[in-house]
Amino acid sequence: MELSREELLDMYKLMLQIRTVDEKIAMLVRNSLMKGFSHQCVGQEAVAVGVCRALRSDDYIATNHRGHGHSLAKCRDLKGLLAELLGRQTGYCHGKGGSMHLADTATGNLGANGIVAGGIPLAVGAALSMKYRGIDRLVICFLGDAAMNQGACHEAINLAAVNDLPILFVCENNLYGFSVPMSSAMKVEHIADRAPAYGIKGLTIDGNDVLGVYETVERELADIRACKGPVLLECLTYRWKGHSINDQGAYKPAEEQRWWTEENCPIKRYRAVLQAKGFSEDELAGTEQAAADSFEEALEYARSCPFPELKCALEDVYA
Amino acid sequence: MKEAIREALDQEMARDESVMLLGEDIAFYGGCFQVTQGLFEKYGAKRVMDTPISEAGFVGACVGAAITGLRPVAELMFMDFATVCMDPIVNQAAKSRYMSGGANKVPMVLRLPNGGGMSGAEHHSQSLETWFAHMPGLYVACPSNPYDAKGLMIASIRNDNPVMFCEHKLLYGTTGEVPEEAYEEPLGRARIAREGRDATVVATQMMVHKALRVAEKLAEEGISVEVVDPRTISPLDMDAIVTSVKKTHRAVVAHEAYKFCGFGAEIASTIMSEAFDYLDAPVIRVGAKFAPIPYNWDLEKEIIPQDADIEKAVRESLYR
Repeated sequence: MELSREELLDMYKLMLQIRTVDEKIAMLVRNSLMKGFSHQCVGQEAVAVGVCRALRSDDYIATNHRGHGHSLAKCRDLKGLLAELLGRQTGYCHGKGGSMHLADTATGNLGANGIVAGGIPLAVGAALSMKYRGIDRLVICFLGDAAMNQGACHEAINLAAVNDLPILFVCENNLYGFSVPMSSAMKVEHIADRAPAYGIKGLTIDGNDVLGVYETVERELADIRACKGPVLLECLTYRWKGHSINDQGAYKPAEEQRWWTEENCPIKRYRAVLQAKGFSEDELAGTEQAAADSFEEALEYARSCPFPELKCALEDVYA
Repeated sequence: MKEAIREALDQEMARDESVMLLGEDIAFYGGCFQVTQGLFEKYGAKRVMDTPISEAGFVGACVGAAITGLRPVAELMFMDFATVCMDPIVNQAAKSRYMSGGANKVPMVLRLPNGGGMSGAEHHSQSLETWFAHMPGLYVACPSNPYDAKGLMIASIRNDNPVMFCEHKLLYGTTGEVPEEAYEEPLGRARIAREGRDATVVATQMMVHKALRVAEKLAEEGISVEVVDPRTISPLDMDAIVTSVKKTHRAVVAHEAYKFCGFGAEIASTIMSEAFDYLDAPVIRVGAKFAPIPYNWDLEKEIIPQDADIEKAVRESLYR
């Protein structure tokens, strides 16, 4: 489907917002506005934005610990996201989930997960539920390359395959688990090479080409919605930072890091694409400013939000 | 009891389209213990779904399905296999509601055949319900008879929380009066299995039957034993237990789970703190001895608590 000018610019703004949030995490932690662990997706923005652009608002996503980008791309609620990261009552999860457990099922976010591959069976279960109930909503399950080695992941993909469930597995292959490179953790060269083992279709694409991601997903979704079988879509990308805010990523070779950050930045690439499509410097700079402003506005909002009352600690254990 | 559970599943499936079953060999095979026999023929493959051998996968799928509108009832072939899917149970099902700030609910039931005494040996005889009781967000049901099994199963399916439904394998073949119509027995309400005056025995599942036999025997000596069956260990009806102990002044807690760190320790400790001044003797716990369940049937009886162990404990509490 042809994207309008507004939509194309919106994707640019969203990529910038995601980049800004995850770049600013370190500052938030330094200022004790945010605590604990956080896993930034800087450099991987094109996957989140390209995939979510192709979805309907009532489709579901499930994500992992590196899920700020996916969550923001699906729910478009920067204020709610920041309020949650800052532990406030008005966050997605009323401050009880935090960075690794962002969830907002009402807007189709089944949640982030602190267990690698923990959310994959849940995503499959949601797809089962949709097919069982005859509801036309599909599920996108975001996962990383390292999750592809977890037992639960294999079980879940197999279950989805055997039942032709309406689910797309989007594997962001950012070349590293934590510090162990993907090449040391699996014998196959590409994640998608494993798809035939489940009897499903596998594709490997450039995960830093946001429009390419969008077009591929859009094309595959029709068959997935029709329950013709899940697809394993491997998106090649790169994690600019360390595994988490506590990790400098020193194990990454300098030249590799340089190439990906300087020559294969998904945002720079998309900016060039937009220029080629005739967007003016004013429009692009305006969008950049709007993205930066929206972050500051959301942060100010989040900082003004109340913390949850202490009694909330014991609430919502049971329904 | 297995028919009672089947009837509960059948009646709930008939009433509510969103109830569906998953598990290994539960469809045309009817389940390893034949609990789901006939349901596949009645409801079809969509609602009675055979899964590959992949507990982490399908139990996790139950969580996702429950969050998005279904009410799945999954069967693990043996409670021992829960170790293979602890993450979906403990980190996902138990926590999803809380982590989402109350937005999600996980209305699922996980059926777990547990217990020893049939030479199942180490991997087919365990009673791990303590682990699940020790996890906020989960409920744990432990019926001891067919009537409670049906009522608790219906209540568990209708409950919006994840329920670990423990089915002692030696109880599947037991019989009892079960109303034909659907009915609920509330989670968190104990039942007085036998009234008495001299000592309280709190017992679950098979231990209820052992305690009742002991009570019969001791009645001949003029010792009147009250047997309290909590029926669910989470939520746990401590009010009923404490009320009983305040009446009898002596307490024995008996379960098939290991005595060391078993849920009986929770009950004993709470009796002490709530009814200290009413006790005429320390609370005595009866539980499995601390070793894996061995294959040899005599060795197995050494580990799993027997009638004699309950009798000894009751006598000890009475200093008789």
